Amino acid sequence: MRIHCPYCCTRGVEEFTYRGDATVRRPDLDAPEAAWVDYVYLRDNPAGPHAEYWYHAAGCHSWLVVRRDTRTHEIFSVQTASEVSEA
Amino acid sequence: MNDLSASLPPETGRRGKTQPMRWARGNGIRGDKTIRFTFDGRVLEAHPGDTLASALLANGVRLVGRSFKYHRPRGILSAGPEEPNALVELREGAQREPNSRATVTEVFDGLAATSQNRWPTLKHDMLGANSLLAPVFSAGFYYKTFMWPASFWEKVYEPIIRRAAGLGRAADEADPDHYEKATAFCDVLVVGSGPAGLAAARAAAGAGARVILCEQDSLTGGRLRAERVMLDDRPGWAWAQDTEKYLRALPEVRIMTRTCVFGRYDGGCFGALERVADHVAVPQAGQPRQRLWRIVAGQCILATGGIERPIVFPDNDRPGIMLAGAVRSYVNRFGVVPGRQAVIYTNNDDGLRAAADLHDAGVRVAAIVDSRQPSSTAAQAMARQVGAALFAGGAIAGTTGHTGLKAVQVRDSAGKTRRLACDLLAVSGGWNPDIALATHHRTHPVYDDALNAFVVSSPAPGLHLAGFAAGALTTDAALAQGDALGRAAAQGAGSDPATGCAMVLPRAAEKEGYAIAPLWHALGRAGQAGKAFIDFQNDVTAKDVSLAAREGFWAVEHLKRYTTLGMATDQGKTANVNALAMMAWERGRSIAQTGTTIVRPPVQPCAIGALAGTHRGRHFKPHRLPPTHDWAVEAGCVLTSNGIWQRAQWYPRPDETSWQETVNREVRSVRSSVGFCDVTTLGKIDIQGADAATLLERVYVNAWRKLPVGRARYGLMLREDGFAFDDGTTARLAENHYVMTTTTANAGAVMRHLEFCHQCLWPGLDVRFISVTDAWAQIAVAGPRSRDVLREIIDESFDLSNEAFGYMGAANVRLRDGVGGRLFRLSFSGELAYEIAVPARYGDALARLLMRVGAPYGITPYGTEALGVMRIEKGHPAGPELNGQTTAHDLGMGRMLSRKKDFIGRAMAQRTALCDAARPTLIGLKPLHASDALVAGAHLLPRGAPADAASDQGWISSSAWSPTVESWIALGFLSHGPQRHGEVIAVHNPLAGTVIEAQVVPPVFVDPEGSRLHA
Amino acid sequence: MSSDRYSFLSVLREALRGQTGWKPAWRKATPQDSYDVVIVGGGGHGLATAYYLARRYGIRRVAVVEKSWLGNGNIGRNTTIVRSNYLLAGNVPFYECSMKLWEGLEQDINYNAMVSQRGVLNLFHNDGQRNAYTRRGNAMRLHGVDAQLLDASAVRRKLPFLDFDNARFPIQGGLLQQRGGTVRHDAVAWGYARAADRLGVDIIENCEVTGMRITDGRVEGVETTRGFIGAKKVGLACAGNSSRVAALAGLRLPIESHVLQAFVTEGLKPFIDCVVTFGAGHFYISQSDKGGLVFGGDIDGYNSYAQRGNMPVVEDVCEGGMALMPRIGRIRLLRQWGGLMDMSMDGSPIIDRTPVDQLYLNAGWCYGGFKATPASGLCFAHLLARDEPHPVATAYRLDRFARGAVIDEKGMGAQPNLH
Repeated sequence: MRIHCPYCCTRGVEEFTYRGDATVRRPDLDAPEAAWVDYVYLRDNPAGPHAEYWYHAAGCHSWLVVRRDTRTHEIFSVQTASEVSEA
Repeated sequence: MNDLSASLPPETGRRGKTQPMRWARGNGIRGDKTIRFTFDGRVLEAHPGDTLASALLANGVRLVGRSFKYHRPRGILSAGPEEPNALVELREGAQREPNSRATVTEVFDGLAATSQNRWPTLKHDMLGANSLLAPVFSAGFYYKTFMWPASFWEKVYEPIIRRAAGLGRAADEADPDHYEKATAFCDVLVVGSGPAGLAAARAAAGAGARVILCEQDSLTGGRLRAERVMLDDRPGWAWAQDTEKYLRALPEVRIMTRTCVFGRYDGGCFGALERVADHVAVPQAGQPRQRLWRIVAGQCILATGGIERPIVFPDNDRPGIMLAGAVRSYVNRFGVVPGRQAVIYTNNDDGLRAAADLHDAGVRVAAIVDSRQPSSTAAQAMARQVGAALFAGGAIAGTTGHTGLKAVQVRDSAGKTRRLACDLLAVSGGWNPDIALATHHRTHPVYDDALNAFVVSSPAPGLHLAGFAAGALTTDAALAQGDALGRAAAQGAGSDPATGCAMVLPRAAEKEGYAIAPLWHALGRAGQAGKAFIDFQNDVTAKDVSLAAREGFWAVEHLKRYTTLGMATDQGKTANVNALAMMAWERGRSIAQTGTTIVRPPVQPCAIGALAGTHRGRHFKPHRLPPTHDWAVEAGCVLTSNGIWQRAQWYPRPDETSWQETVNREVRSVRSSVGFCDVTTLGKIDIQGADAATLLERVYVNAWRKLPVGRARYGLMLREDGFAFDDGTTARLAENHYVMTTTTANAGAVMRHLEFCHQCLWPGLDVRFISVTDAWAQIAVAGPRSRDVLREIIDESFDLSNEAFGYMGAANVRLRDGVGGRLFRLSFSGELAYEIAVPARYGDALARLLMRVGAPYGITPYGTEALGVMRIEKGHPAGPELNGQTTAHDLGMGRMLSRKKDFIGRAMAQRTALCDAARPTLIGLKPLHASDALVAGAHLLPRGAPADAASDQGWISSSAWSPTVESWIALGFLSHGPQRHGEVIAVHNPLAGTVIEAQVVPPVFVDPEGSRLHA
Repeated sequence: MSSDRYSFLSVLREALRGQTGWKPAWRKATPQDSYDVVIVGGGGHGLATAYYLARRYGIRRVAVVEKSWLGNGNIGRNTTIVRSNYLLAGNVPFYECSMKLWEGLEQDINYNAMVSQRGVLNLFHNDGQRNAYTRRGNAMRLHGVDAQLLDASAVRRKLPFLDFDNARFPIQGGLLQQRGGTVRHDAVAWGYARAADRLGVDIIENCEVTGMRITDGRVEGVETTRGFIGAKKVGLACAGNSSRVAALAGLRLPIESHVLQAFVTEGLKPFIDCVVTFGAGHFYISQSDKGGLVFGGDIDGYNSYAQRGNMPVVEDVCEGGMALMPRIGRIRLLRQWGGLMDMSMDGSPIIDRTPVDQLYLNAGWCYGGFKATPASGLCFAHLLARDEPHPVATAYRLDRFARGAVIDEKGMGAQPNLH
């Protein structure tokens, strides 16, 4: 598998570190405990398109949001995480 | 029984000499040179270009191996990597290579090959007696038996089974050869160099694409080498040779022979194995034995051809029974006739070509048994041409010849059986397109009724099939398809369609016919009377398939797993389709309904050494060396691995007799005078920006805003799930400039975490990080005289007094020799101590300087062991305590958790189970008898409680002999620990069979008031 | 007369008459309208659950529905290792219960799954690992599980061909569980299926669950590709796909699906007796009774429903293999494959009720589900029959994440790909 890093171009997956679902949002401190349990532990884990965090550890140290099909490993898009967070 | 011919013709011509079966100079052989090799110790001759199989056949050797289960005598079935039978051990000693297929092993001068899975000899194999037990040894036999009595499985049955298991023997010693890895990129990868592959490569290159052409064989040409195809009035193999030459001259084409593309992975990645030096006795200096290629291709054309199917009939496994296409390969490419009198058994026109080729090579073709009724006109013409009897609608009902074929029983269409003497039976049950690579992404093949084979109808994007792999039946069609796909792939990979010139394709002199009629079970149930093999190597017979059907193992995967079909070294390349056709027939369903098993990489077995490359032995992982490494080695240190770091563990002196003595001295020196230790391995992260303090607030549990410039602070980080993650000190060097230290083990993880917090959680923060672990050499100078030593090093203008630069001070400093550095007043040992950082290139010099200026104080370098002893004495948690399972509360740091701010882990740290007062919490331990060793990993139970899990209340995480306290001491976790100081508990180590008593004490053994720190 | 029960006599009789009297291992059942219990997933855990429900709890109106062929999930894709060498109190009794069931399995189900207790040896390479294994081995011993700590010379006597002299991370010793070993994985599925079938359980292959019928928060049955099947209770045992199936009932789970690759070499004369795990790299290996070296390493590390892996892990695993046993360099890798793992957030499984009434969950087995098969079946059957957790599975509750009572053997936290 290869990932197109917006800064470093297309690189082998071995340069990246995975973190998981990028759709979960960190709750406010005063959010109910259930919201925190949800954030830390529960996942949609879809078979199909999945937005997920990858870190270009052996490259530019960018956190990326990669949209990938978990059945085929086809990658639809790659954005920097900060760009997604700020959007 | 009507004997058409009772005996074989007499030997003629050059037979009787060496290589009696060599009839001509094949198109792939250098007949002018003779080389020698041995088989089971017998010296034989061959020519360069021979495979071991062709060389054995040239010498009249037909018996090559024994099958797995029944130890049946076996010969050579194929001329390629699909070979199930002719497996041998190659070479000797540490280079012994078991299960090597003779059909793809290139012979070199001095090659030693040995038969395997037989005892005592290939010809007289005692385990051949297994055949007698065949009525018992049916598929799935193991599952039904060996259960009585219950205790006999491990003691009796399994040892016997394991003695009989396996084929060849692994080498007894480490593989002495080298392997390497390489990566290549191309626009178009072409796999296979037959007519389709060569045409595709030529067209893609002509259209401007960067092309890699991989061929598993030593020669390009594919079937053009095996067949007598004329292209534009020249032999097909000559066209292949010219095309290869043309392609090799192009700058953007790389032709890789002896390179098997074994797997297709995601994102256009392919794995390929190049056999660099398997065809020579010894690799050239500096050359690897094999090279693993990772090929990244924009587009891929699979021109992998096909694999011929055997026919299932009784005793179809004898040496001398060979695939018809393989026969042609031996005759034409290698100039070898595999027998003197042949019978052809085919269900298609392609198989007939063997008759012509054999006939022209001087082999008598006694009969053509054509399962088709009526047979084709091509068959009739061929029978006339070679003077063979034609049995239209006939079948082979059996064979004879224990270690080599002597005769076949032919049943004609009227059901009459006659015996035909022959020593070669060329069979063709039709061809399967080789679509393995196209199915690696779990693309399911579909059954093509016209072709009588599985094909890939919709390959994955970027993947194309050409030639017979795509069902093209003639050379012309293969050439045309390769050419068209080559151009299309080049465009698909981004080449300009306008570039490149059209090239003229050669034309074949004749149009090959196929006209296949399916033949899956030559004799139906009657054929199951003898052993009709489907999977030769694993001895799976038609009967086994019937039994699987009877017992409900209908799914193809069940069939495979229950009978072991297709699980041998050949992965059922010649067996699978025949077997599932048999299952379809048993169940009265179509082959399409029955389906096929999933093909997995690698396409051909691949040496583990090649997949590992250079990462073995001491080079398994990199060595990361701290800046003082060379000095430390000179100083005689003992090294230890700390992750991939190599660190000094201790520095023995010649008069010291044990490491304990050395470590005791190092500890005492620090505690009484001064010592130093390289602590560069701790992660160092430079943090800058207006919001740097805000970020620290959010990643650490404690407060940071009020940390003044010039001060450092201890910090604890949690994971978001509320458990402790890492700790360290962070110093504020300027208003918006901090430098963080992490543990050695978590340096990378903390860096990643900070970047995550910033980029994913709080991208609005104005802060940046960079790892400076390797930029700074950092040395801890510890002990009551450390200030005296530093005074000799640091520029005089810097006030080192306790008042000016107190505990937790941090400053940019200049060394006396002008080098800029950083000084921190930190202590892991609990003594007055500093950490001094200089640019990494000065680390070595700093160590030497410290030794020099510290000499008057008896400065002592100390290693990780003394470091560890002193941190236990001082009760600082380290890796064993920060093991990912402990909370701040467990570590005795619950009160550090700020209640005034959000930080990573705060919410989850409040969960009930994490706040349970009964959680094991950090304590110290001292044995009642100082010399009773406390062992890390021992468990803590109440005194007198039974030694069981119900009484288990904690464990020891770290322990050491403390030369300071003059006792064993330990850190551990104990339920309700802090309330139990003073209690005597039992320390259980059942693994060692010991129980000792120890007192629970606070986890600080030295200077609990901290007066030394602040001195 | 057909042969059903496997005995010395029946094997002999069938040998004499050409193996023609054997009956199908299990009936090809068609779904009935309703059952007491429908188990979703015809893998090892689902089949074992059905067997113990029928055998130990007397509940025989049971169906196991399987979307494909029986045993096509991880029961048929693993590296066949069984062991109970766990650290934490929530785990040890459960896996030891499993080990004891393995030890009596053949007699229990009249099927030889070749339970082979040749030992499982975890190597360590530094003091920290030794201490961690000491803690673990002592925990095992306190739970009554066998464990021995071997020093380097004892390891060398046992496995003289490991790299002791030229290793990047020299072997210091190992933690041995002699009762650990391997079991012929497919046979476990077939054996349980056959035994359950004989007790009246319907095993329904090629029957995919496409929906859950839930009324007033209570499950009433499952919609399948072969029609609706009513059920008083529904148990999910489809690890690898737990999230997908649970989603049909509107549930989100603390689980990610990941792929774990496994590898086998060509058959060789046996030279590795026990299971060996390498503590300095991601590599473990054993040798099967057919002679193939069966080995594996880490998961690929990203969410995946593709039952195949990629090259970097293949290379990483083989590097570990060569570092540990350099004599295997010329041995050829024959086949690599991948299975889908329910990677849970703390690395431990879930056997519990769900928020939907009468819907029960057996999930989150990470890459350790095979060894758990018998105990998982027993404990899930217990839960389904009695509506309370089996005493050895009390820690495997779904609410442990909310409570913080996680069972995190590796201390990696809520990141499934690190467990």
